[in-house]
Amino acid sequence: MGAQLRVYKRRIKSVKATKKITKAMEMIAASRIVKAQRQVAASTPYAEELTAAVTAVADGANVKHPLTTEAEAPKRAAVLLVTSDRGLAGGYSSNAIKAAEELTRRLDGEGKDVTTYVVGRKGVAYYNFRERPVSDSWTGFTDSPSYADAKTVAAPLIESIGREAAEGGVDELHIVFTEFVSMMTQTPVQRRMLPLSFAAEAGAGETDAGAASRARIQPLYDFEPSAEEVLDALLPRYVESRVYNALLQAAASEHAARRRAMKSATDNAEELIKSLTRLANAARQADITQEISEIVGGASALADASAGSDR
Amino acid sequence: MAELHVELVAADRRVWSGEASLVVARTSSGEIGIMPGHQPLLGVLVSGPVTIRTTGEDGTVVAAVHEGFISFADDKLSLLAEIAELSYEIDVERAERALEKAKAEQDAAAERRADVRLRAVAVAR
Repeated sequence: MGAQLRVYKRRIKSVKATKKITKAMEMIAASRIVKAQRQVAASTPYAEELTAAVTAVADGANVKHPLTTEAEAPKRAAVLLVTSDRGLAGGYSSNAIKAAEELTRRLDGEGKDVTTYVVGRKGVAYYNFRERPVSDSWTGFTDSPSYADAKTVAAPLIESIGREAAEGGVDELHIVFTEFVSMMTQTPVQRRMLPLSFAAEAGAGETDAGAASRARIQPLYDFEPSAEEVLDALLPRYVESRVYNALLQAAASEHAARRRAMKSATDNAEELIKSLTRLANAARQADITQEISEIVGGASALADASAGSDR
Repeated sequence: MAELHVELVAADRRVWSGEASLVVARTSSGEIGIMPGHQPLLGVLVSGPVTIRTTGEDGTVVAAVHEGFISFADDKLSLLAEIAELSYEIDVERAERALEKAKAEQDAAAERRADVRLRAVAVAR
């Protein structure tokens, strides 16, 4: 076997091994998307009911709560960025990071101090590498986040929005995550969680039920024990549920992005194997041709030599 | 007979939904019973059992609810809780063990959770 042919054979073998891995990852991701989507669907009723309740209090109670009214001159804003723990998901994490950077620049331009909170190892690595400060970060659960995870993420956010701005509190709370639109489309989105802005939310493609409940005239609620206390109790839960929803959507998007990245990797490997096989065939054919011409050349040289000695 | 529609939802799932004639829950200012035609209400629930007297074949449904909200309007009642379990889903032995453990470790939150579960089971009986 020729040296050239041996090189091709070796490369084909290695590409085949890689293809097996990417194919497996593609199938694993595909099966996890379904699970993640189910989780998103299961968490929807709670999120919807909670949004409806928050809307009811904010609209109906006519209370001036610091969390529902815009600060006169917002000074500080918190941005929560949701990325993934693992790579090999195409542009998933970098797109989310890009969206967060854009938001940070915009807030900076508005004269607000931005504090960053990061979920996912990829986002943490990005900020660490650039030696940019991160207030808090969490890793290890982006694959399948639980409600408890959302609670731990939301806790410092809620705490910092409750504090006065002078003591390191924030006036605004933004979240950047990748929205799961469909199996093929996942878009990074920037949402403002607090202060509540219902009009903007409805425009940003909120759930139909939420928009419908806003459109309806709110009944006059009786609050137990009082509107302020209900709002005080509701808002942390609201933030938690929004964070939970964002984490779940991000997880679904991560799996979908990984599936797509791994699918194109598998396709590329197939393509590569095909062209390498062609090259290997050509190399083999060239070897054979050379061998034949060597034999024929050798034979004719021998025939010439023996014909010469006869004379 | 007038009915009210009840949705009992936890953070990660819908626990129970159906028609009922009476719902009794504990808000932070005391027990409250809601029947069809009640005034619109939004309240804060404290941990405790919630009793739903259904008009369907379920009879009386009891759920252990760990903090949450109750909201009622247009004969629709939603009970929101981070954690909610129906009494027949609760593993009594496990809850008892959890209560013992929580008492031993003086974990107030865990003790309360286990206690609410056991109370819900007791009410259901």
